[in-house]
Amino acid sequence: MTSQLKGGQLNRRSFLRTTAAAAGGLIVGFQLPETSRLSAETAALKLNAFVHVGTDDLVTLFIHKAEMGQGTVTSLSMLLAEELECDWKKIRTEFPGVDREYGPNQGVVGSASIRSSWESLRRAGAAAREMLIQAAAQRWGVDRSVCRAENNTVVNTAANTRVSYGSLAEAASKLPVPANVALKDSKDFHLIGKPTKRLDTPAKVNGSATFGIDVRLPGMLYAVIARSSVFGGKMAGLDASKARLIPGVKSVIPVPSGVAVLADNTWSAIEGRRALSIMWNDGPVASVSTRSIFQTFTERTEQPGAVARKTGDGDAALAGAAKKIEAVYAVPYLAHAPMEPLNCVAHVRPDSCEVWASTQGQTAARAEAVRITGLKPEAVQVHTEYMGGGFGRRARADYIGEAVEVSKAAGVPVKLTWTREDDMQQDWYRPASLARFAAGLDADGWPLVWTARVACTPFGGGSRTAVEGVADIAYAIPHIQVEHHAVDPGIPVSYWRSVGYSQNTFFAESFLDELAAAGGKDPLELRRRLLANSPRLLAALELAAGKAGWGRKLPPGHGLGIGLSNNIGSNTVQIAEASVERGKVRVHRVVCAVDCGQAVNPAGVEQQIKSGIVFGLSAALKGGITILQGHVVEGNFHQYDVLRIDEMPAVEVHIVPSQNPPGGIGEASTPGIAPAVANALFAATGKRIRRLPIRVQDLA
Amino acid sequence: MPAVRFTLNGKPQTVDVVPNMPLLWVLRDTLGLTGTKFGCGMALCGACTVHVNGQPMRSCATPISSIAGKTVTTIEGLSPDSTNPVQLAWIEHDVPQCGYCQSGQIMTAVALLAKTSRPTDADIDEALRNNICRCGTYDEIRRAIVRAAEIQRAQGGAK
Repeated sequence: MTSQLKGGQLNRRSFLRTTAAAAGGLIVGFQLPETSRLSAETAALKLNAFVHVGTDDLVTLFIHKAEMGQGTVTSLSMLLAEELECDWKKIRTEFPGVDREYGPNQGVVGSASIRSSWESLRRAGAAAREMLIQAAAQRWGVDRSVCRAENNTVVNTAANTRVSYGSLAEAASKLPVPANVALKDSKDFHLIGKPTKRLDTPAKVNGSATFGIDVRLPGMLYAVIARSSVFGGKMAGLDASKARLIPGVKSVIPVPSGVAVLADNTWSAIEGRRALSIMWNDGPVASVSTRSIFQTFTERTEQPGAVARKTGDGDAALAGAAKKIEAVYAVPYLAHAPMEPLNCVAHVRPDSCEVWASTQGQTAARAEAVRITGLKPEAVQVHTEYMGGGFGRRARADYIGEAVEVSKAAGVPVKLTWTREDDMQQDWYRPASLARFAAGLDADGWPLVWTARVACTPFGGGSRTAVEGVADIAYAIPHIQVEHHAVDPGIPVSYWRSVGYSQNTFFAESFLDELAAAGGKDPLELRRRLLANSPRLLAALELAAGKAGWGRKLPPGHGLGIGLSNNIGSNTVQIAEASVERGKVRVHRVVCAVDCGQAVNPAGVEQQIKSGIVFGLSAALKGGITILQGHVVEGNFHQYDVLRIDEMPAVEVHIVPSQNPPGGIGEASTPGIAPAVANALFAATGKRIRRLPIRVQDLA
Repeated sequence: MPAVRFTLNGKPQTVDVVPNMPLLWVLRDTLGLTGTKFGCGMALCGACTVHVNGQPMRSCATPISSIAGKTVTTIEGLSPDSTNPVQLAWIEHDVPQCGYCQSGQIMTAVALLAKTSRPTDADIDEALRNNICRCGTYDEIRRAIVRAAEIQRAQGGAK
C-alpha cells in the first residue's frame, strides 16, 4: 500500500473492495463499537482506503492499525486530518478489515504505526482533499487554483464563497484519484505537533468502548480450554462426565491445544473445566526449572559463543588493558499480563469465517483462521476491536486459532476466554537472560574494550532479539565484542514491550556505570565523552541532566542514576532519583528526555513515555516468572505483582524539538528505567544491582 | 435455581442463574452489561469494581446470591451522559490509555468521593492502590480525582 500511495495511482476498485469488507461488520456484529459503522450504500463514497466523507458532512477515517492504548487512533487521525483539512470535531474512526490496501502485514508491533504511516496517511489525506477541491472547482466552473480547503469546506477565494465537504462528497467520489499531491511543509502544520486529546476517551469512561472480550453474538457459546500446565505436554486421557453435569455446560470438545468446555456463560465454562479429569503426558520440559536454566546459561557463557558484533580486537585489548572489570547480570522470564485477558470470538461457517479480536496482528489472525478452516483468505474477516493492553502478547495468533478451532468443531459462534491464570501460565514470555561482561580501561580510566557473552532463547530469526541493547551500544569504545549462546529449554518466548532492549539495556547501562565507578569517572561525564559523535543522544543526555539537576545536593540516602536507550528509532535518556526507605526501594522522581523526531501528538508522547516507565518499573521492582518442573508457578496478581498508584514516581517528560521524521514511542522508555533506578541505588547505597527484580536484600 | 431480585442501575432486575455465579458474569454474560471488566477473577485487580449499596465491591468475587434485595450500580449506570464529576474529570485529563481498567478505577474513585469530599494523596493511595493499571495512568488518575473533587464541591457535594 505504501508504495501505491507514494505518488502512485490509487486504485478505486480496491477501495470499493475494502468498503464491502468493512460494511460486512454491520450485518453480523451484535455489539458494535461506539463509532457507528458505515452502511454499504454510504461506504461507496469513500475517497480512498482511509477517508470517507458523508453527505452529512461527517468524516470517517479508517484506522488500519489497532488501538491497545498507545494512541494510534488519535495520532493516525491527526496525520490524515492534517492534510485533509477536515473539522476535527466531525471525525469518526473505524477499524477496517484486513486488506492488502493496508499493507502486507497489518498489525501493531515494533512501535511502527507512526513511522510506517507518516508519509502514506498524509498522502491519503492530501489526495482526498484534492478530490474535494476539484469537485468544488468543477461545480463553480472555476480554476482549481482559486480554491482552497479549510475546516471541512472548500473556499472559492475569488468569489469569497464556500461549500461544505458533505455537499461535495458524492461528486468528489467519482473523480480520479490524483497522484503526486504535494505535502505541507512542517511549518504549516496546524495539528501535527500540537498536544491533542484522545478520540477514544469518551467511550472509555462510560463502559461503551467495545473490547474484544465484550463482543456478543446471537447464539454464541462461551468457552475456556484446559491446557497442559507443562509446556509441550499432551493429553493422554480424558473423563468429562463430571464436567457435563455442571449447570450451563453444553459440551466438551478436545482441540489441538487441550480440551474446550463450552457453556452458556463464562462462569459455567470455568466451573466445567474445573470438573474435568485429564491425564497428561508431560514430555521433556518437565525436567526444566529456573535453577537448571540459569545453570545452563552460566556454564555456556564460560565458553565463547557466536559473534554478534566485533569492532577492533576485544581479546587483545582485554589482555593489554590497564584495569579489567568483570560482572554477570541476569533477568527472569516475564509475563505480559495485559489487563484484558486473552479472548477471541469466532464464527466458522461452511463457506466463511469471522473473527472478532483484540489483536496486534490482523493479518496474522486471518492467516491463522485460513490455516485452520482451509478457507480462502477472502472468506475470512477479522474485526479489530479495542485491546485492553497488548505489550507484544497480542502479536501472537495462538488464542485466535483456538477460538476458530472451537467454533469449527462446535458449529456455533464461540467466545473463548482465557482466565488470568491461563494468561500468566501459558504466555509467550520475555526470555530469561544472562550476560557475562568483561571490559578494560585505559591508563586514564576511560573504557578501552567492551565484551559480553549473552545466553538466552532467541526468537524472530537470528540473534538480534538476544543481543540488541548490548551489541548495538552507541558508545564509542574502541574494541567491542559481543557473543551469543542460543539456549532453548522449551519455554515459549516472544516479543515483550521493547523486546531485547528490555533486558539488555539494563545490563549495558548498569555495566557502563560500573566502568565509570572503576575508572573514577562521573557517570554523566563518561557518557558525554563516549557519545561525542552521537549528537541526538548527547542532546537528550544534556537535556535530561539539566532538568534533573545532575550534581545537585540530594536528600540523605537518595541517589541519581542514568539510563539511556536508542531503540525503535528514538533516543531516550532517563534520570531516576531513588532511595531505600523502610526496607523498600522507593523511586521518587524520573526525568525523561526523548528525541523521537517530529512528535505527532506531544500529549500522546508524554502518555507513552510514562506508560513505558511504569511497565519497566513493574519489571524492575517486582516482575519474575518462575519455572518449576516445566510449568509456571505464578498464576495471578498476588504472585506476579505490578506497580501500584502509591508507588508511582513523579515523572517529567521533556521532548526534544525536532523536524526529523518521527521515531517510535510505545517502547521508547521501557528499557532505560531499570538501569536508571539501579544506578541511582548504587549512588545511594554503594551496592550494585546485577539481577532483576531488585531485591532490597541485595542493597543491604 | 431460585430467582434473585435486586436493583440494577435504578431499575428492578430479576435473574435466574446458579446461586454461586459471580455478579461479574451475571452482568456481562447474562445481562449484556459489558462495561464491567474481567481482569483476575480473584478480587486482586479492581477491574470489575461496581457499587453494591453504594460501597465499592469486586463483582468477580461476589456471588449473585449475596446480592438479593440490594442495589447495584455499574459504570453504565453512573450517569446517563458521562456527566458524573469523575467522568468529567477523566475526560478533562484524558486519563485512559487502553481503557480496560478504567471502569473499575472510576467506580472506585466515585466511591472515594462519596465519603471524602477533599481527598488527600494518602486517601487516594489507600482507595486506589488495589486497582491495577498496566498502561500506567496513575498520575492522570490522581490528578483527575483531585479535579473531580473540585467539580463535585462546586456542584454542592451532590454525587
